[in-house]
Amino acid sequence: MRKQLRLSGSGGQGVITAAIILAEAAVSEGKNAVQSQSYGPEARGGASKSEVIIDEEKIYHPHVKNPDFVLAMTQKAADKYFSDLNPEGTLILDDDLVPTSPDFKNIIRVPITKLAVEKLGKSLFANIVALGVIVKVTKLVDFETIKKSVATRVPPHTVEQNMKALQLGFDSV
Amino acid sequence: MVERSYEKFFRQNRLPHLWCPGCGNGIVMKAIVQAIEKNPAYTQDNTVIVSGIGCSSRASGYMDFDTLHTAHGRAIPFATGVKLARPELNVIVITGDGDCTAIGGNHFIHGCRRNVDLTVILFNNNIYGMTGGQASPMTPLGKKATTAPYGSVDRPFDACKLAEAAGATYVARSTAFHVQHLVKMIEDGLNNRGFSFIEALVQCPTAYGRRNKMGDPAKMMAWMRDNAVMKNSWDKLPDEKKIGEKFPIGLFYKAESVDYDTAYQKVIDAAGGGAK
Amino acid sequence: MSARLMQGNEAIAEGALKAGVRFFGGYPITPSTEIAESLAKLLPKFGGTFVQMEDEIASMGVVLGASLAGKKVLTASSGPGISLKQELIGYASAAEIPVVIVNVQRVGPSTGQPTAPSQGDVMQARWGTHGDHSIIVLSPWSVREAFDLAVKSVNYAERFRSPVILLTDEIVGHLRENVELPAEVEIYPRRTPKISRAEGYQPYAPDEDLVPNVANFGEGYHIHVTGLIHDDTGFPSGSPKVTREAIKRMHEKISRAEDEIIEVHQEFMDDAEFAVVSFGGTSRTAYEAVLNARKRGIKIGFVRLITIFPFAEKIIRELSKNLRGLIVAELNFGQLVNEVERAVAGQCAVKLCAKYDMTIFEPEEIETSIDELIAEVNGNG
Repeated sequence: MRKQLRLSGSGGQGVITAAIILAEAAVSEGKNAVQSQSYGPEARGGASKSEVIIDEEKIYHPHVKNPDFVLAMTQKAADKYFSDLNPEGTLILDDDLVPTSPDFKNIIRVPITKLAVEKLGKSLFANIVALGVIVKVTKLVDFETIKKSVATRVPPHTVEQNMKALQLGFDSV
Repeated sequence: MVERSYEKFFRQNRLPHLWCPGCGNGIVMKAIVQAIEKNPAYTQDNTVIVSGIGCSSRASGYMDFDTLHTAHGRAIPFATGVKLARPELNVIVITGDGDCTAIGGNHFIHGCRRNVDLTVILFNNNIYGMTGGQASPMTPLGKKATTAPYGSVDRPFDACKLAEAAGATYVARSTAFHVQHLVKMIEDGLNNRGFSFIEALVQCPTAYGRRNKMGDPAKMMAWMRDNAVMKNSWDKLPDEKKIGEKFPIGLFYKAESVDYDTAYQKVIDAAGGGAK
Repeated sequence: MSARLMQGNEAIAEGALKAGVRFFGGYPITPSTEIAESLAKLLPKFGGTFVQMEDEIASMGVVLGASLAGKKVLTASSGPGISLKQELIGYASAAEIPVVIVNVQRVGPSTGQPTAPSQGDVMQARWGTHGDHSIIVLSPWSVREAFDLAVKSVNYAERFRSPVILLTDEIVGHLRENVELPAEVEIYPRRTPKISRAEGYQPYAPDEDLVPNVANFGEGYHIHVTGLIHDDTGFPSGSPKVTREAIKRMHEKISRAEDEIIEVHQEFMDDAEFAVVSFGGTSRTAYEAVLNARKRGIKIGFVRLITIFPFAEKIIRELSKNLRGLIVAELNFGQLVNEVERAVAGQCAVKLCAKYDMTIFEPEEIETSIDELIAEVNGNG
């Protein structure tokens, strides 16, 4: 069963890394996954979007159309990237950074960045908190799998903090 | 009978050379092999001669080594590739004033900056000779060229100062008149582990001297004799006497600094890659 | 080996390394930079060398020098950088120096759209440098194939002593997907002289396959390498006969191996009345479009050029005899379509499906083109 996700925000928020980790987790569970990305003109601070398709079948066309899940970490991203959401899909918003909810049925608001700052002291962990949220909501991969994928990706001295971030996100919904 | 042991360094079947009668390029080419002959670390099998495009760069074809006649201005990048791929090889670059400081100017300063273990010999004839006498970045102010028919107004480079500022670890100048001195300057350059730069002033009677009324080749060499001042004397000369067309020759700069191969070997060691 | 997620650009670096590349010279440019970054990390682990040069021209020069000194070499860039590399791509052709140039295409001309996908460098890949020259151009559609074609490019460069362009695009270059990479690959070793200097060795004397066995520097052969037209000795020649033969041999050494070099991926062609021709990242979308169209009962096939040049002229010509029409889907204003039209020579309809707006094709866009073609051919267009 094909699932399509779009993770969006601004450059530097780590949405691309989160997408890569999610795709890696899916691959380690034996599924097919493709991850693609588009940056704004700048590497930092511009609009940032990454897409992941997960399927048991082979994936050819890599572009997500009518995603099942959209994560938006800025108001701009929310406004821009929710429009082609599958009507039965889910829009996950950073509660503080997206003050105005777009007009959509299934919205989950989580104070993603706030949790990272308040519980872990750094907004840097927001993308991993978001990943915890995504795994809980989408049930695309096991929580244990995503833990392993995060641990492999992040610098060794940050593993512990990242595990906390993941758990925070997972428990927040 | 004079000993002509240097002849073994030339491809006899490729001679005579294509340079004009009275050209200074042959003198510098001979000085290079004489300097090589004095250095037992340099053999015909382990030395690669790399050149660009232009009159001087044709020298590589006459020299019996592995030789690489590259594209215009690109001798230093090619030479860098040879040297980094096989650090045990000796690599000598032959270039001209246009080749090295105009189209190859960026490569020149970055070769100096990296301190790649190359010996670069610039044959400076102050002109584009091969194409018939156009102004180069080393054509002196006021001198005439086909593209500077009223005299050049482009301020020329001092290639030695440029090399020093860019990071070369051996910088010297000599002329086609001062043959023994020229051989010594090249010889010392070959011994430096790092980027060595030697500017050799050569007379171009056809495309430069004739147009600038500098007389026959002998007169052009007499001009070198009369105007070149050894570095030691030059330094003692008060500024008011550094006038006219006087210019210094000799060793201008020498520094101890790690060359690129040695530096990169540390990268390989850090990555755990063992010997190159 | 189990599957792992890998990016197309990373797969090129891995493939090159596997094929024996031990030298990379480059200059940073989006969207090819990951190739340089990967090799900066990987090459020294294998005793190889990575060097970041001052510009794209120097990046070509440095790899050509290293190749002549005996290393298998690679450089990578995108549009503006590939334009600058053309001078020395021609040198590699003339002096017959093995080198692989990766072009991760982005939108041009000029600085264009640096992060957006395009396939606008097709004809540049064939004709970018001046003068008559031959070239091999390969294009992958997946991360796994990026690895495979990197290996193949290195092998062809060595075998034919020719520049090989690995023409990928931002779609495949930046795409991450699951791959399983082979533990071993077939490697074509550096050609070496078959006779000694004393026996009359001539570095540019062609072997039976028309490719010369040029000695590496530092092995005592005292060879001369030049970008001037040269004879078998390697020295410049002003002779019309030598010039004619040199240019002819340069083409023939590749054209006579065409049947082996040219690879075309075909599916659903048995009953096909129509087909979509595509290459690179666009083929992923074309494939879905073909699947969708077939579900609607349209007898359409899928033709993907893995080898772009030499162009699959004979294959396309043969296919066109049994088809009513071809779509050429490419992410540019229309380049490959001209080659296809030339090969088809009027035997069936050829329709261009072009896109050049920074975005990749959607399957529906290619399907629309298919429907239009069928309508045109049926006379309802």
